[in-house]
Amino acid sequence: MIKNTLKISLVGFITGLTNGLFGAGGGTIVVPAMERILKVEEHESHATAIAVILPLSVMSTFIYIRHQELDWKSILYVAIGGVGGGILGAKLLSRISPQWLHKIFGLFMIAASIRMIMG
Amino acid sequence: MILLIIGLLSGLISGMGIGGGTVLIPALTIFVGMNQHNAQSINLIYFIPTAIAALVIHIRNKRIRKELLWFLIGGGVIGAVIGSFVAISLDAVLLRRLFGFFLFYMGITEFRKSKRKIKVNEE
Repeated sequence: MIKNTLKISLVGFITGLTNGLFGAGGGTIVVPAMERILKVEEHESHATAIAVILPLSVMSTFIYIRHQELDWKSILYVAIGGVGGGILGAKLLSRISPQWLHKIFGLFMIAASIRMIMG
Repeated sequence: MILLIIGLLSGLISGMGIGGGTVLIPALTIFVGMNQHNAQSINLIYFIPTAIAALVIHIRNKRIRKELLWFLIGGGVIGAVIGSFVAISLDAVLLRRLFGFFLFYMGITEFRKSKRKIKVNEE
């Protein structure tokens, strides 16, 4: 029990560290960790991940905001699009398992990462 | 307009649990020319309403494992504070490159995930 608690907290710690450092990517740590280490079912880990990362992102946001000037108008536009997309995505999650999406986004990420490392 | 489209696409993906930031942050730095710290901040802020919207639906569908939440969040908060302070102390170009390496790793994982799942379905 104690060992399990430690394990879960450590997963949380690494998730928070990554999400704080990169402002993203908490889900890519916590989702596979829940699936493999804690044996949580896939859709449940995705849903639980969002509940975990939400307070962590709020925390990181406060630290980030205090240290820079932000363009709030851009944020508003991105957020409006995001809310619409978020609702749509969550609804689609219960209907389809988007295999081709993984491939397309995998390729996009690889291309973008090379550009970001070289640029 | 481009900001709305980038937001919509990222929201769609994050609602599916893939992680919208992996699309939003590179899109903002590459297509909008934003610096890394700004792009990361926007992703964090933007994640909040998106996550709340997705969470409402997930709670309704009873998909959240509540017994895991406390320890995940407890460890997570400590990590988040350390990670955030490291990020704001780093140079923007260095942070972008580090992010690039992380993104490269995630891209490979994402791509291989599709292969594994298709195989499982064929069996």
